[in-house]
Amino acid sequence: MEHSSILLEAEGIQKRFGGIVALDGVNFAVRSGEVHGLVGENGAGKSTLMKILSGTYRHDEGVIRVRGEEVVLGTPARALAHGIALVPQELDLLPHLSVMENIWFGRYTRRPGWRIDWNDLRERTRSLLSRLGSNVSPDDTVAALSVADRQMVAIARGLSHNAQVLLLDEPTSTLTPREVERLIRIVKGLKAEGVGVVFISHHLPEVMELCDRITVLRDGRYVGTYDRAAVTAEDVVQMMVGDKAGALYVKEESTVGEPVLIARDISSPGKLHSISLTVRRGEIVGIAGLVGAGRSELAHALFGNLPRTSGSISVNGAEVRIRSPRDAIRAGIALLPEDRQHQGLLTRMTIRENTTLAALQQFVRRCRIDRRKETEASRVQIDRLAVKATGPEQRVRNLSGGNQQKVVLGKWLLTDPVLLILDEPTRGIDVGAKAQIHRLISELARAGMGILLISSDLPEVLGLSDRVLVMYRGRIAAEFDRREATAEKIMLAATGGDRA
Amino acid sequence: MSSNLERSASPGIRRLTSVREVGPLLGLIALCALVSILSPVFLTTSNLMNVLVQAAVASILAAGVNFAILTGGIDLSVGSLLGLIGVLIAAVFKSTGSVFLAVATGLVLGFALGLLNGSMVTVGRIPSFIATLGTMSIARGLAFVFTQGRPISSFPDSFRALGAGELGGIPIPVIVVLVVYAAAHYVLTQTPFGRAIYAIGSNEEAARLSGVNVGWYKTAAFGVSGLLAGLAAIMFTGRINSAHPLAGQGYELDAIAAVVIGGTSLSGGEGRILGTLIGALIMGVIRNGLNLLMVDSYWQQVIIGAVIVVAVLIDRRGRAAEGAAVVK
Repeated sequence: MEHSSILLEAEGIQKRFGGIVALDGVNFAVRSGEVHGLVGENGAGKSTLMKILSGTYRHDEGVIRVRGEEVVLGTPARALAHGIALVPQELDLLPHLSVMENIWFGRYTRRPGWRIDWNDLRERTRSLLSRLGSNVSPDDTVAALSVADRQMVAIARGLSHNAQVLLLDEPTSTLTPREVERLIRIVKGLKAEGVGVVFISHHLPEVMELCDRITVLRDGRYVGTYDRAAVTAEDVVQMMVGDKAGALYVKEESTVGEPVLIARDISSPGKLHSISLTVRRGEIVGIAGLVGAGRSELAHALFGNLPRTSGSISVNGAEVRIRSPRDAIRAGIALLPEDRQHQGLLTRMTIRENTTLAALQQFVRRCRIDRRKETEASRVQIDRLAVKATGPEQRVRNLSGGNQQKVVLGKWLLTDPVLLILDEPTRGIDVGAKAQIHRLISELARAGMGILLISSDLPEVLGLSDRVLVMYRGRIAAEFDRREATAEKIMLAATGGDRA
Repeated sequence: MSSNLERSASPGIRRLTSVREVGPLLGLIALCALVSILSPVFLTTSNLMNVLVQAAVASILAAGVNFAILTGGIDLSVGSLLGLIGVLIAAVFKSTGSVFLAVATGLVLGFALGLLNGSMVTVGRIPSFIATLGTMSIARGLAFVFTQGRPISSFPDSFRALGAGELGGIPIPVIVVLVVYAAAHYVLTQTPFGRAIYAIGSNEEAARLSGVNVGWYKTAAFGVSGLLAGLAAIMFTGRINSAHPLAGQGYELDAIAAVVIGGTSLSGGEGRILGTLIGALIMGVIRNGLNLLMVDSYWQQVIIGAVIVVAVLIDRRGRAAEGAAVVK
């Protein structure tokens, strides 16, 4: 390996989005004939680095060299010309076109005149696909293919550019175990041909099995690059997590009482596999896991917004039928969704109208909304949550992200739930509002509410939860009590590293 | 952030200063001023009443269409529903002689056909543009099938009251318009139904996740649109004293134009019913003015189309300026 040449090298890469530094001083090199794993927590900067190396983003500082020569990538076309191809997580194929049209799009061979030489394209496509051991036909429509086959087409497209470096962003996250095996075989074959493959995955066992070297990113910074043989899965997790500073806010003690939620055997095909959990009065149960592990899906299944094939849900000891968000709200469940703009807010409406929406019946007398009572209630929420606003009649689209989140939270508090599900409650909001929301969550638990806290922010989960459940591939992979939970243990379970 | 200046501005004052809300009203006043200068006849009481009576049917249709548009949908079928319901109630009256039965048939049928539109959108998941486009063609076709293309004409005053009657010197159509708009305003601003309509138009997914019964309310919004198309059919047949299968053709476009000129966003969730009334009056005044000025009817179509485009253009600019002012 030492003699293999360096195909692609990035040094001191920095990337800013507005005032936020997404990558800072990152080094990365890909050798010929290696599989290079790139790992890190959600938001560590893996995808950003891939987008820079594939020319989608332009970096602000740093140098990129291809075979030792400094280059400016800047556009995907130029990156391809330098032999660097990205297969993104969300495949960017043209679904209604055929396999060969996708692969050769814009580079069709012509017969004399201007007609496209389909026979030539078909032949070239066939030879590319056979190199990958794929039996997809060049004439198949992409939309009709399985996810795994589409991925093959995307890889073939990269190879059609004579790519020497292939960047695979989360290629296994949507594949079945058998498809993963096939992909691993193909990657090994490409490696034998001398292609450098970059492999991003949340699943450590795959990384440990497949990769020759591993680079770890944390919070946009470069932690290091290691030979596979020199590290264990535990080491890698330790480096991904780092020395997490203590939580911003630590939950106050509260008396944990009777169960408010008992969910048994919750399943949804391809998303959730027989999940059981209990949340008690005054308890905060944290749910950790990486993107795609099924955390939001679990929240939506409990809230009646994701069809279940099995499972029962009891609230306050009585079994309830929950088949829609309406049923869930009636049963005393509230869900603060992850996507504030699309699932939480009525952006064109006022704070008053937003806060009272889920509990509107409280304000209706003889088919008429009592505007005064409504204004009063929304003012109470504004004060309680310290929303920075001119008053209940302000439109929510003019509020900052943190204040918008408080409005959505206020909406759910007005329904007086027994179980509050929070899906990434502090993502994308400023530090001050975050601390306020943490304090509020703690207070709500002390007042007897059961809280299910989904978060990618490990200090938040560790600081607030009485218990932490870790999800991995649609299952609950581990459960830790408050005293025994650490960032390392959680990350190990979340990456499947405890199975490596 | 929240300066004292912002705080001191009461909601009422802010509302008055917003371009979007006052724009259509200012436009109507300016238009009336212009037409009255060009034609001395315009400002006479009889002509003004004439404008109101002529605008009544389109106003009623526009009020209904506004419900559908506020949910983020559209209703293209109201003109054809008017035609179909018109010939049906005429037939009911001719065969039974009962005004009550005819009126009831019109309203019930309109409501039912509206609910059918709504169900296609909510249960069938057909985009409202397509669903109501289909209904538009079906209803018009049925009107012709039912009458074999022949109008049903001449009715007694009792049947024509809603379209051509007077009450204390005021034309009944004008009274009907006022009552309908007052009721629509009440429903939209004071009731859970109205709140749900705005919430669905603003963000359907968020509304659903907040427990709003989206399917039911959306269907009901189309039901309202159909109901008012039924009412418009009764008024139209009464005013013309004839039920023709072609009645109301193109009225859906006038109704939509009135809604849009009145400041309702075509993507839903924003707009006031009183704006729609002003929009309908603007359309009425323009038609009346062009008639008074003896503009060729072919050219009238061209001018009205241009007015719609310009009105929406001005509205968009006002909104953009407003948005920019808020964001700063």
